[in-house]
Amino acid sequence: MDYSKLTNLAMNDNGFIFDPASGYSYTSNETGLYIMKLLAQGMDKDAICAKFMAEYEVSEDNFNSDFEHYMLMLEALALVEY
Amino acid sequence: MAGAAQNPDLSSLKATIAVTGLKTGDNPQPGVAVIRSIRAAGFAGRIIGLVYDSMESGIYLEDLVDEVYQMPYPSAGAEAFLARIEYIVSKQKIDVIIPTLDSEVILYIRLQDELHKMGIKSYLPTEECFLLRDKTRLASYFPPRGILVPDTMLISDASQIMNSRDNFPMMIKGSYYEAYKANNYEEALKYFYEIESRWGLPILLQKMIYGDEYNIVIVGDGEGGILGMVPQKKLVITDKGKGFGGVVIDNPELREFATKVISSLKWRGPCELEVMRGYDGLYYLIEINPRFPAWVRLAEGSGQNQPAAVVLKALGQELAELPPCKPGTLFIRHAEDIITDISVMGEVSAKSELIRR
Repeated sequence: MDYSKLTNLAMNDNGFIFDPASGYSYTSNETGLYIMKLLAQGMDKDAICAKFMAEYEVSEDNFNSDFEHYMLMLEALALVEY
Repeated sequence: MAGAAQNPDLSSLKATIAVTGLKTGDNPQPGVAVIRSIRAAGFAGRIIGLVYDSMESGIYLEDLVDEVYQMPYPSAGAEAFLARIEYIVSKQKIDVIIPTLDSEVILYIRLQDELHKMGIKSYLPTEECFLLRDKTRLASYFPPRGILVPDTMLISDASQIMNSRDNFPMMIKGSYYEAYKANNYEEALKYFYEIESRWGLPILLQKMIYGDEYNIVIVGDGEGGILGMVPQKKLVITDKGKGFGGVVIDNPELREFATKVISSLKWRGPCELEVMRGYDGLYYLIEINPRFPAWVRLAEGSGQNQPAAVVLKALGQELAELPPCKPGTLFIRHAEDIITDISVMGEVSAKSELIRR
């Protein structure tokens, strides 16, 4: 999975995200933004999962399922590549 | 080590600058934005507005221009144009002219020597270069140089549309202005006659490119290099296709594409590139406008004052590359009513000139 495009995104704390390469902008909720920022920092899925399990009441299965769903959304927006 | 690139400072410049195209509104001309950018560079000298019609809204802005002169339309020819310029310089010396309208640029190029004799300088491409960017020549000049242009057919007879009946939807364009998406043969026929009646022949029938449109304002140095480049993506588009809002972007592929276009043309002076990034991931050159666009204040607002640079280049000053623009800088066009006395319009209409200060 290639997350390199995420490193170029401008993200503010309100969930507004601007892609300077395409000119597109997006909005995300707090959790989505948090995951995107961690991916942009170079953290992998397993590390993010461990972090979420430590910080929130979430099972590994639930995290994996939601994470995959989220990645499919980002892929559809051409922000990540499989 | 070289210092950081800086924008031109015009605060100590002693010169008079003339700018054309002061109309704003639903189809805005670039003059007002060009003048605002020049003022933003600290220029405190005289600015002359050259207009074609007394209803050009920039005339009525109190703080925009010091003098206004009505010009004969370019179709009146070189003699009428030069006679009018001679009259204006007999009253007020002009050092630099920045033409901002497609239809007049060729006149300013062809009459550069005559204008120079009157002390007027400009920063424009050669005539050969200007003609290469003509819509009717893009598809033959650029593809052999590795720059994609949508497949284009020049037509001078409506019956030729039949040859493309299996390729709709297509874009149908006038060779100067106007472009429509024709979904079928019947629509293309309707647009053909409409465009022909307004702009004449030939008419272009062009393959549709589906994707994202980008616009880039550039000042070329005439040797293949670029002094400044600001790309934007339109965010607000009017029903006439005019961008009334946009955001500065930073895309290395787009920058490389634009650099290749300018380098291939050796363009000198300001221009606007219209580029599509197709869903196939390829970039296509759609149009090259031979002047600043109406949204050029976005360049100055994002950190790159291109109109100020053009003033200094016209005056023959050396200028390093302009500073980079700031991606994420946004513009939204805002219309406002100007309240003034009808005597202002009366003065321009009756005397074809207005001296404000």
